Amino acid sequence: MSDVTYIDGIHAALNKALADDPSVFLYGQDIGKFGGAFKATKGLQDLYPGRVLDAPISEDAMAGLAIGAAIEGARPVLEMQFADFSSVAFNQIVNHAATHFYRTGVPVPMTVRLPSGGTPGSGPFHSQSMESLYAHYPGLVVVTPATVADAYSMLLDSIAMDDPVIYCEHKFLYRWLKSESFEGDYLPIGKARITRPGKHATVVTYSAMVHEAVRAAEILQAEGGWEIEVVDLRSVKPLDTDTVIASVARTGRLLALGEAFPWGGVTAEVVSRVCADGFHLLDAPPVRLNAKDTPIPYHPKLWSAHRPTPESIVHALRKLLNY
Amino acid sequence: MDINIEALDRDHVRDVFRAMLTSRILENKLGSLYKAGKIVGGVYLGKGQEAVSASLAAGLVQGQDVYAPLIRDQAGRVAFGEDVLDCTRTYLGSVEGPMRGRDGNIHRGRPADGMLAMISHLGSAISAICGMLVAKRLRGAMDGVVGATCVGDGCTSTGAFHEGLNTAAVEGLPLVLTVANNQYAYSTPNDRQFACEDLVDKAVGYGVRGHRVDGTDMLACIVTMQDAVSRARAGEGPQLVVASMLRLTGHGEHDDGSYVDDGLRSSELGRDSIDVGRGQMIEHGFADEAEIAAWEVDIAESVQAAVAQAQKESGPDPYADDWTAYANGALQNG
Repeated sequence: MSDVTYIDGIHAALNKALADDPSVFLYGQDIGKFGGAFKATKGLQDLYPGRVLDAPISEDAMAGLAIGAAIEGARPVLEMQFADFSSVAFNQIVNHAATHFYRTGVPVPMTVRLPSGGTPGSGPFHSQSMESLYAHYPGLVVVTPATVADAYSMLLDSIAMDDPVIYCEHKFLYRWLKSESFEGDYLPIGKARITRPGKHATVVTYSAMVHEAVRAAEILQAEGGWEIEVVDLRSVKPLDTDTVIASVARTGRLLALGEAFPWGGVTAEVVSRVCADGFHLLDAPPVRLNAKDTPIPYHPKLWSAHRPTPESIVHALRKLLNY
Repeated sequence: MDINIEALDRDHVRDVFRAMLTSRILENKLGSLYKAGKIVGGVYLGKGQEAVSASLAAGLVQGQDVYAPLIRDQAGRVAFGEDVLDCTRTYLGSVEGPMRGRDGNIHRGRPADGMLAMISHLGSAISAICGMLVAKRLRGAMDGVVGATCVGDGCTSTGAFHEGLNTAAVEGLPLVLTVANNQYAYSTPNDRQFACEDLVDKAVGYGVRGHRVDGTDMLACIVTMQDAVSRARAGEGPQLVVASMLRLTGHGEHDDGSYVDDGLRSSELGRDSIDVGRGQMIEHGFADEAEIAAWEVDIAESVQAAVAQAQKESGPDPYADDWTAYANGALQNG
């Protein structure tokens, strides 16, 4: 098989879900004939007439429509054109979808795809990472695939799941990340993966930052033989605390790494859990590394300094290792 | 409005008025229970809006159509077929109710039976009803089906109202969106809510048919709703019905509504649709006074029984609750 990309994985999963289950339909802006802003739905409207619907620029109503359809037994997959615009649908997602099963006993099996994270030149409103906001709400599942195989299998698992899933797909990985196949070492939603084993420190991260962490680990390996373990959370809600704690038990040192803003969020949750449940395992204070506490800048020079890079991750790890 | 009395379905008119009476008697009881401190949280009544609410829902078919009642739709809930017990159990916190103590008062429904459980954020149900219709369309079951919801004048100012109605229009869905313009959103009068002359003019902007009706006039409401519902059912797309009346109660029972303009109270808008409806029932021979009086006795007894039943049932047990927000319980606390 020739190389397939992360966006190919998303496209293939949508295609398979539509083929396998007549209750699945896609809804989003420009996803029909145009195939979506990132071409995740290219050609699917022709293959599945009436099941790939273009939406007006109405994120609130898009989410509300998906909720009603899911209550009525369909499995809608929403495409937000950019994760950033899901803020307009925030009310429907956190107040309507997330509360519904708890309140009524009737599940809401919808998937919301969020093209997430930064790319050079995208600026403050086309670059955001929203996973921490949604993970805060009971009733939502929030997944953050980092590999082609996970992009594929986790989207299929999200669509099959009876609970509402926020599927955060990283735009930077769309075409850059390649693999030989959509198949990989499958894990269910809720299980983290040890992407790279090590013994001197643990980096807990997710989404595109998994790859930056691996680069940093390679630099430190080459530089001084340091063996850095990289844990890919895969889903941030639920968060696989057991795998994280087991890794920290092996290494005694923790760096929690994320691309989102620094106040609160997934990295704070990871550090909090490790401190509460694994304090005795730590040989050094845990470290967090996130984006800077400003809106996401437009210019590539500013942008690449705003988010964690292999160099800034190496710097954080050196301090952690030298403690 | 000129009404052809002969053309009205006698049973339908009687169903509508009986639902209105049931709502009023039940709501009077809820108000008493609130004042006696028997209900935790708010009590929100639909007094004054019974004609609009009941005449919309009485035209729907439970098990086929979908309906999203809002805060002042007790009469519509009865007309759609909601058991009075669902109401008393939810207000009184019985674990046997549809919300099992997890949500209260008017935030109740039976979504699996086509009646959504409202959230407090206004306009959210408009697009959700659209989604229920789209799901039916997807499985080839939308023909002849109607989705209906009722909102207030305040909701017309929300983005959700705009997005929802526009989406319904774009998809050509059989939605009947009723705006009960009761002149106040909590304490905010219409002149601080919108600047258009008549809310029904909005219909043109969305490309949907608009209907205007005196919400205090039961027979006019019945005729208008039958027209709107049958047009939606026949595939004519979304229908916007604007009914005007005065809210004859506070926003909730905690609110005495002292800010309501006296001129409005004494105007035609301030008429009580129950009184108007009673007069119409008798005048046109749909029922006589004795029969209505007998209905009132029946209804009061069933309301009393539903209150007593809910009061003797247990509330939720925090030690027995599964405390999960996920259909897939394994995901909880992750």
